[in-house]
Amino acid sequence: MLAMPKPISRADVAHVARLARLRLTDDELDQFTPQLAAVLAHAADVEALDVTGVIPTAHPLPLRNVVRVDVVRPSIDRAAVLAAAPNVQDGQFRVPSILAEES
Amino acid sequence: MTEVIEFQPGWELIVGLEVHCELATKTKMFCGCRNEFGHEPNTNVCPTCLGLPGSLPVVNGSAVEYAMRLGRALQCTVSPSVFARKNYFYPDMPKDYQVTQYDKPTNTAGKLELPDGSFVGITRAHLEEDTGKTSHQGGDGRIHGAESSLVDYNRAGVPLVEIVSEPDIRTADQAKAYVDELRKIVLALGVSDAKMEEGSMRVDANVSVRPVGEPEFRTRCEIKNINSIRSVGRAIEYEAKRHIALYDVGEKPTQETRHWDEEHGRTRAGRSKENSDDYRYFDEPDLVPLVPTADDIARIDAALPMLPASRRRRLAEITGAAAADVTLVVDRGHDDFVVSVVGVGADAKKTLTRVENDLPPDQPITLAPQSFAQLVIMETAGELTATQAKQVLAEMLENGGDPKAIAAAKGFEAMASGALEAVVDGIIAANPADWAEFVVADDKARKKLSGFFTGQVMKATQGQADGRAVAEVLARRAAR
Repeated sequence: MLAMPKPISRADVAHVARLARLRLTDDELDQFTPQLAAVLAHAADVEALDVTGVIPTAHPLPLRNVVRVDVVRPSIDRAAVLAAAPNVQDGQFRVPSILAEES
Repeated sequence: MTEVIEFQPGWELIVGLEVHCELATKTKMFCGCRNEFGHEPNTNVCPTCLGLPGSLPVVNGSAVEYAMRLGRALQCTVSPSVFARKNYFYPDMPKDYQVTQYDKPTNTAGKLELPDGSFVGITRAHLEEDTGKTSHQGGDGRIHGAESSLVDYNRAGVPLVEIVSEPDIRTADQAKAYVDELRKIVLALGVSDAKMEEGSMRVDANVSVRPVGEPEFRTRCEIKNINSIRSVGRAIEYEAKRHIALYDVGEKPTQETRHWDEEHGRTRAGRSKENSDDYRYFDEPDLVPLVPTADDIARIDAALPMLPASRRRRLAEITGAAAADVTLVVDRGHDDFVVSVVGVGADAKKTLTRVENDLPPDQPITLAPQSFAQLVIMETAGELTATQAKQVLAEMLENGGDPKAIAAAKGFEAMASGALEAVVDGIIAANPADWAEFVVADDKARKKLSGFFTGQVMKATQGQADGRAVAEVLARRAAR
């Protein structure tokens, strides 16, 4: 018998939201915590199944080794690429300064 | 590795390396965009490598092939693999995740042999896509004052293999030798151009120290931004000293990523991320597993070229030289030539010396092995002196031709042993006092005097006499 996982806490939800760069209000945290808990409880039902002898699968499709030949295909025009960017400079995407890591 | 090497008295250095090698495929890992360095920014991009909605990745078969080739060359086990998403927010990946292999990589549990005969374990060598290139700009042009960054996605999606070593490395020199050897292997396989200066080969070093005899590893720091093999050694030594200095004053290093500052010769802490790394890996739903068959692996093994370690071993066996002494010739790609020359009957040791010292190091050899062998045979048989052999070789390199004919044209054949004896006798007759001294002298004094006689003989023969042959004649005459 598998132990039931600990129910998701409000702090867990805040952490996950942060990792996904979502800014949730206190009200939203209150709202989403039980909702996520319900989703996870459903997933926990699957854990109750006896999967002895079932081979783990990374994919539902009966496919493997799908590869393509190493042949160059046309890229898209740079003007079209950069037209979609909010900010452009010298043929490059211009983004706000990056504080982490590269200092 | 059982032998303890002290980095500083009482301290042992522990290093593991992560080497990223961009693969020399024609296209990117998951799309048909060109994989080439040096193009105008954002000209080799498409919806897939830009992460545009609705685009789907398709694996480059050559990249998989190259990764397995490298894995087998590192004596890894090649296994079925699954791609995963590594999630993070950073503008170098427009999808906000990098596709990599996580818990099921292509290659695991290998080893790499260094020129000194020691081995470094390979934990894994997995396939992944490279990130885009960000460059920072700000008011004062320095990163600290950066106001914005520019992003070029030409590199985003370029296939690479990350080779992760075991923490088996104990000296900075060993770390350098490991990177150097890995580079040579990759080049021999033709899977990457491995240019550290262009970033197609990048090294991160995990460094820690521990008191000699302590079984556990201590806190390690990961050093990034190392741009040359020389810097690999410098960065590791700097970091190890930094750790020891901290322990010496009762502090300890923090586990963190640090950056090598080439200009100032030091590592510095990256600005710490607000969150600790939490990449939430999960299997990439848009890609199916790679499952190589036993036939695939057998085919790759059969097609592997001879690797540097095997080349060194072969040359050492043939010539009787130590493995370390044949490295230069192997690195220059001249070992096949030595093998051919020895194969047609030339003395192996002499051939190795001549090839190492007297052939242009940076060029492929155009001489016919038979001609070169002929030259070595003539020298070994005493038909040519060392000096003459070098002159003949220079002529062969310059204008080609048969060594026998060149030697004849230069008149080198004239110095037969009978002629040499006549010259030596002439010199002895002309210098009776010195000769009388030579005859009664002990070995040490004789050595000195024989220099005088040899010099006279060389003068008389315009340098065409063989020094060893002269010494023999002198000894013979004195013994009478």
